[in-house]
Amino acid sequence: MDLSVGLFIFMLATFVGLEIIRKVSPLLHTPLMSLTNAISAISVVGAILITGAAGATMLSKVLGFIAITAAVTNIVSGFLITDRMLKMFKKREAKR
Amino acid sequence: MEHFGSYIYIVSAGLFILSLKWMNSPATARRGVFAGETGMLLAIVGTLLANHILNWEWILAAFFIGSAVGVPIAYIMPMTAVPQRTAMSHACGALAAALVGTAEFYRANQLHETLPTFVMVALMLETLLGFLTFTGSLMAMGKLQEVLPQRPITYRNQNAVNFALFAIAVGLGVRLILVPTDVWIFPIFAGLALVFGVLLIIPIGGADMPTVIALLNSYAGLSACAMGFVLGNNLLVVAGALDGSSGLILSIIMCKAMNRSFTNVLFGAFGQIQASHAQAQQRPYRSASAEEAASILEAAGSVIIVPGYGLAVAQAQHKIRELYDNLMRRGVDVKFAIHPVAGRMPGHMNVLLAEADIPYDRLFEMDNINGEFAQCDVALVIGANDVTNPAARTDKTSPIYGMPILDVDKAHTVMVIKRSMNPGFAGIDNDLYYMDKTLMLFGDAKAFVSEILKELPAKAGA
Repeated sequence: MDLSVGLFIFMLATFVGLEIIRKVSPLLHTPLMSLTNAISAISVVGAILITGAAGATMLSKVLGFIAITAAVTNIVSGFLITDRMLKMFKKREAKR
Repeated sequence: MEHFGSYIYIVSAGLFILSLKWMNSPATARRGVFAGETGMLLAIVGTLLANHILNWEWILAAFFIGSAVGVPIAYIMPMTAVPQRTAMSHACGALAAALVGTAEFYRANQLHETLPTFVMVALMLETLLGFLTFTGSLMAMGKLQEVLPQRPITYRNQNAVNFALFAIAVGLGVRLILVPTDVWIFPIFAGLALVFGVLLIIPIGGADMPTVIALLNSYAGLSACAMGFVLGNNLLVVAGALDGSSGLILSIIMCKAMNRSFTNVLFGAFGQIQASHAQAQQRPYRSASAEEAASILEAAGSVIIVPGYGLAVAQAQHKIRELYDNLMRRGVDVKFAIHPVAGRMPGHMNVLLAEADIPYDRLFEMDNINGEFAQCDVALVIGANDVTNPAARTDKTSPIYGMPILDVDKAHTVMVIKRSMNPGFAGIDNDLYYMDKTLMLFGDAKAFVSEILKELPAKAGA
């Protein structure tokens, strides 16, 4: 990857992130954190590439295996618990 | 096939951005989770299909174990333990990034492949941040779970020792960037990063955990981002940057809410200085019974409830909900005033109250409700302390001077449910308790609210 392209993407994504996150309601800061956590577990992609590469050594496989496990734990528990929390937020009208 | 993968990644990145955008309101937030899940699924499937992936047995086994661990965590975890879970997931995310970096380092060395300098820089950043966030988050988790002492652990020259250690780690990292063939340095580098993570967190007290969690969130994101540079994967760069900026914003909000700077949180060891300040002279205060409290609430036109973490510790959320229902049925206007640092992580108190079925349009942020205290009949403080202390506005010598607080003291009547007159986290006496219009209600929050409810006969209709 070209370094300047990478840095460019990083710069843009950071600004987008700062602008979007600033608008998130403080009501939802806890679910926000568990959601961004799940999203950053996209590092599973890197772990898959390391583990599944042709000629991966035993060390690569073991480290990659642990990395995938950790990342998948984050993905699964992150998305599910975020949804579980968000389900609790109800407006008054919706009450029985 | 290579290109196919990149296109999928573009869609995923877009979905991740939408996912966070939809978190701006509770009405669209669940759609946001769905967008995030879809983006994640696409990215994983795309990666598996677009690359020539081997060693499926390892990958599938890891997916299986990860899911088997993740699902129960998500469903069993009580809402009071969400901060611990969050710290744990920062640890997992950081560990994944650090291990991928480590694997990539050894892979390149074994194949005698020279990585470009900027890749090596990114790799060192990835592993440094990854390993230190891993142990740091585990420490934070231990403090939140109260298996480790909550108070700051300090020793002489702590900052100097930490700084020296960090400088050595960075020095070794630079050396590895310049001479990547010195493989023996890498374990030392990784070890120092792991130790530094522990040392970074032990001097930080329980009250600062919301800031620390947000900061660790940011580090974990940045380390995933650095992984993107190492592997030349733009999706990782985008997702890491989003996570990093989110953590950064949340930690800035937390710092502002406590009127502290980053350096002060990280190196200040809060709660140490004023230990002797606690026993000032005995001052008179007024206390009241549940019966009196009930009749005051019954006569009130508007009530603002100020919940703190003590409410969650006493498991009083559901009793508060009953009180809320009861008063609302009587035509009393009940609102909740939430300080940004109420609870143990950003936004934690909102989740705890939402779990008790309190509608979210009754939960107000500090800035939106502070103007209303002057018109409100009763402010009921439950389990909150320092965030209501008027000394933060008036007393320049107070350690919390300048911290934004809820203007509880402006209400016509103040009632405080508290176990005793003991000071809170910051170890400071609260002037609010000694005001003429303040009534102290001594007891366990849950038990006391139940007693008030008994005195308030349920009135149907109205």
